[in-house]
Amino acid sequence: MTEEEKISNEPETTQPVPLLEVRNITKRFPGVLALDDVSLQFMPGEVHAVVGENGAGKSTLMKIMTGAYIPDAGEIFLNGEKVSFSHPKVAYEKGISIIYQEFNLLPERTVAHNIFLGREPSRMGVVDIGQMNKQAEAVLRELGVETMISPTANASSLSVAEQQLVEIAKAISFNAKVLIMDEPTAALTNTEVQLLDDLIVRLKNRGMAIIFISHRLVEVFNIAEKITVLKDGKLVKTVKADEVNASDIVYLMVGRVLDHYFPPLGKPEDFGEVVLRVKDASNQFLKGINLELRKGEVLGVAGLQGSGRTELAQAIFGVVPFKNGSMELHGKAIAVRSPTQAIKNQMGFVTEDRKTEGLCPKQPIRDNMLLTVRSIQSVFGVILKDGIRSARKLVPTLGKQVDVRTDSYDREVQYLSGGNQQKVVLSKWLASDADVFIFDEPTRGIDVESKASIHDMIRDLTRRGIAVLMISSELPEIIGMSDRVVVMWDGKVAGELPAKSSEAEIMLMATGHKNNGSTRTAAAGEE
Amino acid sequence: MATTTVPGNRFKQILRTMRVSPVYVFLIVIFLVGGIMDQVLSDGQIFTNPAILLNILVRSVALGIVAVGQTLVIIGASIDLSVAYTISVTAVMSSFIMQGNPANVPLAILVVFAIGGIIGLVNGMVITKLHVNSFITTLGTSLILKGIINATFSNYTGSVPRSFEFFGYGTLGPVPVSIIVLLLVVGGGWFLLTRTKFGSHLYGVGGNVEVARLSGLRTDRVIIAAHIICSLTAVLTGLFVVSRLRSGAPWIGPDGIYDLESVATAVVGGTALSGGKGGVWGTLAGVLIFGVLDTVFNQLGVNPYLKTVLRGAIIMLAVASYTYRAKKEAA
Repeated sequence: MTEEEKISNEPETTQPVPLLEVRNITKRFPGVLALDDVSLQFMPGEVHAVVGENGAGKSTLMKIMTGAYIPDAGEIFLNGEKVSFSHPKVAYEKGISIIYQEFNLLPERTVAHNIFLGREPSRMGVVDIGQMNKQAEAVLRELGVETMISPTANASSLSVAEQQLVEIAKAISFNAKVLIMDEPTAALTNTEVQLLDDLIVRLKNRGMAIIFISHRLVEVFNIAEKITVLKDGKLVKTVKADEVNASDIVYLMVGRVLDHYFPPLGKPEDFGEVVLRVKDASNQFLKGINLELRKGEVLGVAGLQGSGRTELAQAIFGVVPFKNGSMELHGKAIAVRSPTQAIKNQMGFVTEDRKTEGLCPKQPIRDNMLLTVRSIQSVFGVILKDGIRSARKLVPTLGKQVDVRTDSYDREVQYLSGGNQQKVVLSKWLASDADVFIFDEPTRGIDVESKASIHDMIRDLTRRGIAVLMISSELPEIIGMSDRVVVMWDGKVAGELPAKSSEAEIMLMATGHKNNGSTRTAAAGEE
Repeated sequence: MATTTVPGNRFKQILRTMRVSPVYVFLIVIFLVGGIMDQVLSDGQIFTNPAILLNILVRSVALGIVAVGQTLVIIGASIDLSVAYTISVTAVMSSFIMQGNPANVPLAILVVFAIGGIIGLVNGMVITKLHVNSFITTLGTSLILKGIINATFSNYTGSVPRSFEFFGYGTLGPVPVSIIVLLLVVGGGWFLLTRTKFGSHLYGVGGNVEVARLSGLRTDRVIIAAHIICSLTAVLTGLFVVSRLRSGAPWIGPDGIYDLESVATAVVGGTALSGGKGGVWGTLAGVLIFGVLDTVFNQLGVNPYLKTVLRGAIIMLAVASYTYRAKKEAA
């Protein structure tokens, strides 16, 4: 294979007919050209990753291939035959299924009802529930997960990973020939990702075409045979995965080499006194938590899903407060029973779930930025004072600080990209002069470039003397960012590791294999 | 999840395995407390006189029937505030057409169901096709109906023949016909929701309209159908009310507060106002709670204004207790 061929996205002469092909697809939204003359082929028995920054057009392309959007121009071919999808149902019936990034289950309905929504086995409109449960079980058995998931369980009772499996089951049950997965691993732990990978291989071997959208390049390289890079609505290149490496892909995605994923770690002289101390604290999720967070450092909190990492952040910030034990801020005992108290104590919390916990999506950037400032001031003076005069100055200052890219601060936050939304979340805490920042999954579901700029911002905060507690399920992020790492397991602090510990060391602790017992080792980070 | 056992959990577990909705517990508690207060403070008829129990049921029929329709609409994440005036229109039109003549009954029934179907269709179409919020749409329909009916009729108009009063007053053996009709409607609603595709789709559309759409459902049709069914239950309530009153008047719908009370009973019964969750048996319990309260208040001779205040307080208390429980369980 020569250099020229590896970058070609022209059909190769000896290839069989592509299972799904789009030709010259163009889609325009008011003010944006979301897709510009994109042509792509997806072969049976092949995993094809589509990568690109947020806003590159991946989602639009997927929605066009599944009938959720209708393209302005271009054609879709299925098995060489021209098709047009007027409604998602048409695409489903022709064997194209999609698993969306946001979970698409009805929490109050059973697994079987979710899988067969819209296609319930029925006679004269009457659903045969027994038959439906049986069919659901058969589909779950096909995936090899029938022991994990019962067809009659409510979707809300399942874990995130199990819900994802139900979504895959739903897709399979359509007799899907093409399965599109939009960021399927974003919410999964490593073992769950492994399970998913195995599943994808099995589906591929059955001759399905798998289209895999992800920000996690490691997984893309693990699973995909071909990688297509989109940028600004245009197809940059389709390459074979075994002929390129991650930095090639990143280069194609952002148009420049990102040689430093992470800013440099803090130096020992950067760390100051202990700002926040948690002593023997516990609540219904957490047991005997002891923690020290020092000025100017990033304390990474690692742990598997369900280990209590998010609960730790929520406890410190008063969302689900500690019931026992004590907390000290700057050596002074504090009680944090609610987020308001946490904010008053100059803490900031950048939540995992931007959309539901971090932002008011239908409000303008301006109001979102000022939300925390307003929440801790008196009820009536605020709007007049900060809403009009000083806000006029504060908002652009904040916007520049976090580099929000927008034409106007009056734009509703919902129209911003994921990375920009996260920047707005950050700015609202900067506005409140917080000196302890808690980040819960700061870069989940964010494109590479925004990721890097958020990492820079976090490091920037510590340089200003802010103490950062950063929770992440992505080990590279933990290792790349943390001056010290605390590993959670089973609601407890399993142990603490110095900067630059290996993934293996963290995983050992996170799975409960190693427990160094002591968590009060403030010196650990200085090794 | 912590698996510590707290005393009292056993009771909850039993309830859960028996799939008893908390609203039934609430209903029984209110009945017992009301009955005991009646024993102590009044003549104790609630526990001793079966006629009073039957009366509670009969009084619940009018609200119960329309509340089933309302429950469907709310599960679909919509709402219907036009039911009160749909009831008025039905009562007035049917008694106007019947004019006391048994021969006119079939025509009258046909006409009012047709009107009801059109009202539901219009509600559903405006909500789904013109994308007007359901609250506003049905408030609008309600005002339109109010204007038309008040301009056309001022008070009792026409009358129903004796044979038609069978619906309101007749009995089959010892059981009033109206109660049988109510149970049929509730049973029908239950069947629709849990056993039919329509029901599944309604939960889907109400739970998450985007999920439903991407699953290939024609979501608009589901909502329109729910609104038509709701309006038809309002018509049935209207027919029942007119057979009790023997003649229709424009104010009987709003006078019964059927719009807000049907919403309240559904919510008290555990149906989520945000849609996607709930069921008609809970609504029936909600209706019965209202019926029991009314009877208890009557027995105790509570001042009618105070009665309304207490009703309001109890609605809030009931719903607050569920959300508190739900939050505790989720934690």
